[in-house]
Amino acid sequence: MSQAAAIHAQAPRPMEGMKVYNVKLGMWVFLLSEVMFFSGLIGAYIILRFAHPEHWAAPGEVLAVPLTAFNTFMLICSSVTMVKAFAAIEHGDQAGLKKWLLATIVLGAAFVGIQVVEYTKLIEHGFVPIASLYAAEGGPLYGSTFYTMTGFHGVHVSIGVLCLSFTAFQAFRGRYTEEYYGGVEIIGLYWHFVDLVWIILFTIVYLI
Amino acid sequence: MTTPQLLAPNVSAQHWADPSHPDDRPFIRKYVFSTDHKTIGNQFMFMSLFFLMIGGALAMMIRWQLGWPGLPMPGGGVLPETMAPGGILLPEFYNSLVTMHGTFMIFFAIMPLLVGMFGNWLIPLHVGASDMAFPRLNMMSFWTAVPAGFIMLASFAVEGGAAGAGWTAYPPLSAVPEYSGVSTGQQLWCVSLVILGFSSLMGAVNYITTIVNMRAPGMTWLRLPLPVWALFITAILILLAMPILAGALIMLLFDQTIGTTFFLPETGGQPLMWQHLFWYFGHPEVYILILPAMGIASEVIANGSRKPVFGYPAMVGAIIAIAFLGWIVWGHHMFQSGMNPLLGSSFMLSTMIIAVPSAIKVFNWLGTIWRGDIHLHTPMLNALAFVAMFVIGGLSGVFMASTPVDIYIHDTYFIVAHIHYVLFGGSLFAIFAGLYFWFPKFYGRMLNPTLGKIHFALTFVFYNLVFFPMHNLGLGGMMRRIYDPNQYGFLEPLQPMNTFISVFALALGASQLVFFFNILWSLWRGEKAPENPWSSNSLEWDLPSPPPHGNFEAMPAVYRGPYEYSYPGRGEDFWPQSEPPNGRRARVETSGAPVAEGVPQ
Repeated sequence: MSQAAAIHAQAPRPMEGMKVYNVKLGMWVFLLSEVMFFSGLIGAYIILRFAHPEHWAAPGEVLAVPLTAFNTFMLICSSVTMVKAFAAIEHGDQAGLKKWLLATIVLGAAFVGIQVVEYTKLIEHGFVPIASLYAAEGGPLYGSTFYTMTGFHGVHVSIGVLCLSFTAFQAFRGRYTEEYYGGVEIIGLYWHFVDLVWIILFTIVYLI
Repeated sequence: MTTPQLLAPNVSAQHWADPSHPDDRPFIRKYVFSTDHKTIGNQFMFMSLFFLMIGGALAMMIRWQLGWPGLPMPGGGVLPETMAPGGILLPEFYNSLVTMHGTFMIFFAIMPLLVGMFGNWLIPLHVGASDMAFPRLNMMSFWTAVPAGFIMLASFAVEGGAAGAGWTAYPPLSAVPEYSGVSTGQQLWCVSLVILGFSSLMGAVNYITTIVNMRAPGMTWLRLPLPVWALFITAILILLAMPILAGALIMLLFDQTIGTTFFLPETGGQPLMWQHLFWYFGHPEVYILILPAMGIASEVIANGSRKPVFGYPAMVGAIIAIAFLGWIVWGHHMFQSGMNPLLGSSFMLSTMIIAVPSAIKVFNWLGTIWRGDIHLHTPMLNALAFVAMFVIGGLSGVFMASTPVDIYIHDTYFIVAHIHYVLFGGSLFAIFAGLYFWFPKFYGRMLNPTLGKIHFALTFVFYNLVFFPMHNLGLGGMMRRIYDPNQYGFLEPLQPMNTFISVFALALGASQLVFFFNILWSLWRGEKAPENPWSSNSLEWDLPSPPPHGNFEAMPAVYRGPYEYSYPGRGEDFWPQSEPPNGRRARVETSGAPVAEGVPQ
């Protein structure tokens, strides 16, 4: 193997002496962009809610707060398991990495599953995003904003579960070591971001 | 021996050009799905020039209608009945024309030329890297921009035609098909721009990471060539602005398709909220379209004047200041949309403050030219035109920023004149300057200088004859997107001026053929380009034209800033960044250890 090819093969590794390696910096930069995306949606929500408070029902009247609180708890737990997975591979613990990655995937998938169940019940109740079919308490803005914000978060969780599954697949192939764990670290960053966004969304959409 | 602390820690992750190892990539990896930043830059060039032609053709149709309202357009017979029966443009089609002209020019021509093409061409070479930080992401960035462009183009063919609510797509007009007569076209418009947003986002992540992490040893922040500084700040603007647009577009798309009610007032939505979201993206977008142009102009003007850029740190500071102020001025697009006058005044003030860093840049360009050894080569001519036109566009911007004046001129041709002075006179002249300057480096052939000067002269003259009178049209009260001004008696006296503009607009369009011919002819027949045709300093001029896959044979070392022209006591009037102080060229081996003594830390 030529020297250049050998160097190329090592490319994704976190390099010695590097403060923040490329992929990690790239992920942070990408997350900044995500912050702006959710800020736009949340900003729109705030504007609409202040303009038309009569479109919103009292907290807990339409939305199932206890169920979602449990869901929130699961997502926070999944952040903990993610940290556990990262801590495991930092110490070269392959079994721990696999175990905790799978736990994160299960919790994340369960979150999406519960959200789908919740959506189904809400739609039966007449709480829909379509203004002309809206039949629940409050007004159509409530439905439009709820589904857009929680829906986009749900898409982010689903993408996260897919990426985690790929990470787990790589983990089972023994791709990560105590020197080479960038893939686990950056999916962890993304996962914590998605978790953090949910805590904000849960507060302003469900609790306030 | 201690390991030297390198500024670019990602040294060993790079894939340097290996002259002993021939480039054996198969055709499809080399020219189609290439991960080489230079090829991707070239791809962006061809894509954007294609859409520049489309956007130009749409403008010609607009000018035909305004110059000779109601007359059948020559060759208009080829258009279907739904657009131009008998060659006479329909009002609905005219709405699509202005919308799509703006959309194509902003999102698919100027933006990919400045950010996609120059960003890819220049960033890795200027910072001394072998490629972008994420080459495959870079490839995806291009290959998502292409479908976005073709979805936009395809929207002309769907029932109801292409989007017709203006490039700003204000709801309810854009959200309710009954209002504009366009349904699928408007949805495709949203989808296309969301996809393009992904493309821009991938580019921005790549640029920022590359510039922060992959600078060669000695390439400190204040030794970066100004195009890289401009592209770095632009990438930050894209990173933070595009997601806001994406969010707004998705809400608009939901209003159009599934029946949500974000922007529809009858069911509680807020049309004004779209304007806030759109312009919160839209004003940074304005600077996305001009900052890289400023960087290119700085580079070319210093080269053409054989003098260092006057006030380099102030130039960098001005870029940052403009970008920052760009986030707090969006309300000046909405003075007449219903806004608290006190809030309007604060937007007026912040907008006018932008004149300060802009003026710093203009005076520094003049300071650079002042008593220089001026070489009027084609890039320099275009860069000088950029400065002159930017001053006119900038000054008319101050008129509009002033709320009392804006009451009178908003949504008139004065605005059209202003935007074309900054976007055509500014950005596009800088793009021409940059293309004439860097084309030889990336294709190995010089562009023909005679054709280049003819193209410049025709463009400069016709351009001013087209857009300067538009200020007068606007002051005369002609509305911005009007189909036939003669329906109002008070606009009838302006018809001769409209015809005058249209004549020269057609001439301006025709003279661009010289440019396209020059590019196509020079690709095959142009004079072979030497390594450093402009006697310039930055790192790419050390390399053969075109540079090999992997750029540098080994990590370059950088000893000074990029604008050391006419250094006193030096024989040559330029001083490459990579030339060691003792005159001996040195490289750093891929292991990261400097070969020569005195590599700057």
